[in-house]
Amino acid sequence: MRIVIIGNSVAMVGAVEAIRKYDTSSEIVVISDETYHVYSRPLISYYLGNLVSEDKMIYREKDFYRKNKVETVFGIKAISIDERKKEVYLEKGDSISFDKLLIATGGKPIIPPVEGLNKKNVHTFIKMDDAKKLKEAAKPGSKAVIVGGGLIGFKAAEGLHHLGVDVTIVELADRILSTILDAEGASLVSQSLQNDGIKIITGTTVDKIIGDEYVKGVLLKNGQELEADNLIIAIGVVPNVDVVKNTSISINRGILVDNTMKTSVEDVYAAGDVAEGYDMLVESNRVVPIWPNAYMQGEIAGLNMIGINKSFKGIFPMNSIGYKNTNMITAGITNPQQEEFEIISKIDHNRKYYKKFVVKENRLVGFILINDIDRAGLFTGFIKNETDITPFKKYLLNDDFGFIYLPKKLRKAKMLDLEVV
Amino acid sequence: MKKVYVKEEVCVGCRLCEVYCITSHSKYKDVLKAYKLETQRPTPRIVIEENKPVSFSLQCRHCDDAPCVKSCITGAMQKDPLTGVVTCDTDKCVGCWTCVLVCEFGAIIRDVNNKVASKCDLCAEAGEPACVKNCPNEALVYSEGGISV
Repeated sequence: MRIVIIGNSVAMVGAVEAIRKYDTSSEIVVISDETYHVYSRPLISYYLGNLVSEDKMIYREKDFYRKNKVETVFGIKAISIDERKKEVYLEKGDSISFDKLLIATGGKPIIPPVEGLNKKNVHTFIKMDDAKKLKEAAKPGSKAVIVGGGLIGFKAAEGLHHLGVDVTIVELADRILSTILDAEGASLVSQSLQNDGIKIITGTTVDKIIGDEYVKGVLLKNGQELEADNLIIAIGVVPNVDVVKNTSISINRGILVDNTMKTSVEDVYAAGDVAEGYDMLVESNRVVPIWPNAYMQGEIAGLNMIGINKSFKGIFPMNSIGYKNTNMITAGITNPQQEEFEIISKIDHNRKYYKKFVVKENRLVGFILINDIDRAGLFTGFIKNETDITPFKKYLLNDDFGFIYLPKKLRKAKMLDLEVV
Repeated sequence: MKKVYVKEEVCVGCRLCEVYCITSHSKYKDVLKAYKLETQRPTPRIVIEENKPVSFSLQCRHCDDAPCVKSCITGAMQKDPLTGVVTCDTDKCVGCWTCVLVCEFGAIIRDVNNKVASKCDLCAEAGEPACVKNCPNEALVYSEGGISV
């Protein structure tokens, strides 16, 4: 059997490691338009800020492909699929046939339709080459404008700040990190950036890019003009579904998958940022473009491709992200507006601690932890396992919250590997 | 695989497990030297919970399906395919705390001095977990497949 994987990042690794646990004979072919050994995408901001060197970016050991008997087709883009003939077509005219196919093409940056995008030093920031190009161009003392204060823009800001660049973030929403934080949380985090001289402009976006051959600045929709030597477009990512266009594989925002990661077409699977799978909290399909999710989806796809039936209970967004000594961990629904959610929260402005729990029908469905992040996984576990938190809800905000506050039976089951009765 | 389990009924909350965990991961492997001489005392790799009269310590469960390994953004967190022990390669760890986000036991500790994840390695070098060996009341046991209570 030949398994073809389009994409060379974490979902691929999840699939390969799962397959090779049980199947050493099937052929595995990995196709990627990048030429790098599998590397950690989330580390590109660390690389940008000189916190991690290029050789430390590799996500698996150098012998990963050899050890796992993976044939690599790198530096060539897969451009289309014939799902009936079971062929993947490459940009230079070649094709590769498959018995099972995994599409793990990730995401691609959202580019807003503004004037002047073709100028030099307009960047995106999701891949290694993006980081290299930006690092080369961003000189100490130069000015950078980042369009978008989400996860990508936030980490780009940190990297650039480490390089001694004067950074301004322009965010359309009323706050940075609006998908994971509420107003209180964003305000705490914004302060730590602003204390370092990073400027944050909210409620507007770029109208026009100014300059001749090179970027010189931007004109914002609110009329303000900013100087910029580099402009980073970090509005977000959308699933990179180019390769499945003109096929019968169903797409919504991403490629629709069931709980085994199978697409609408037999023998074709999708995983990672390109896939739209079931989100157990919003109870519908959703793209959740985060690293752990990509590994786990890849793993499920890998197992099912070799005939081991394993299904996924569903996922939900979760992030651990920081700026220098400001750390935050968030998961699930963090800023609901509806009354059906109960909010339990505590803020400590002196220590810059913030804790917020979102509860629905005695189940934890989301949380925000800023700076006081230790043991956050206990809460992630309550969400994932749909634990009835009634017996210990009143202790959630305790500084020493832990298993000690759980009913003895539940605690012992968890800690002693016993069956829960 | 063998793991460390706690009998909370007989734990007296003495915290010697923590003392010996620190010692076991220190340069000198000696209590006095570890606490008095080392410029930077190692971060304990266990969590102690106490709400009198109940107390217990908690170590990494070395999960079969370890979410910390799957979620690690750098590949630092690894599970040994033979022994099952989950360890963190601190050369690769960047202290992003994604493992802290996903560990349902809250058993991964942040070593904030070195900005790396710190976790129980079952005292791989010594052969037997120091917390178990030095528990004065045998509240900690090192056994295969859980314990009966």
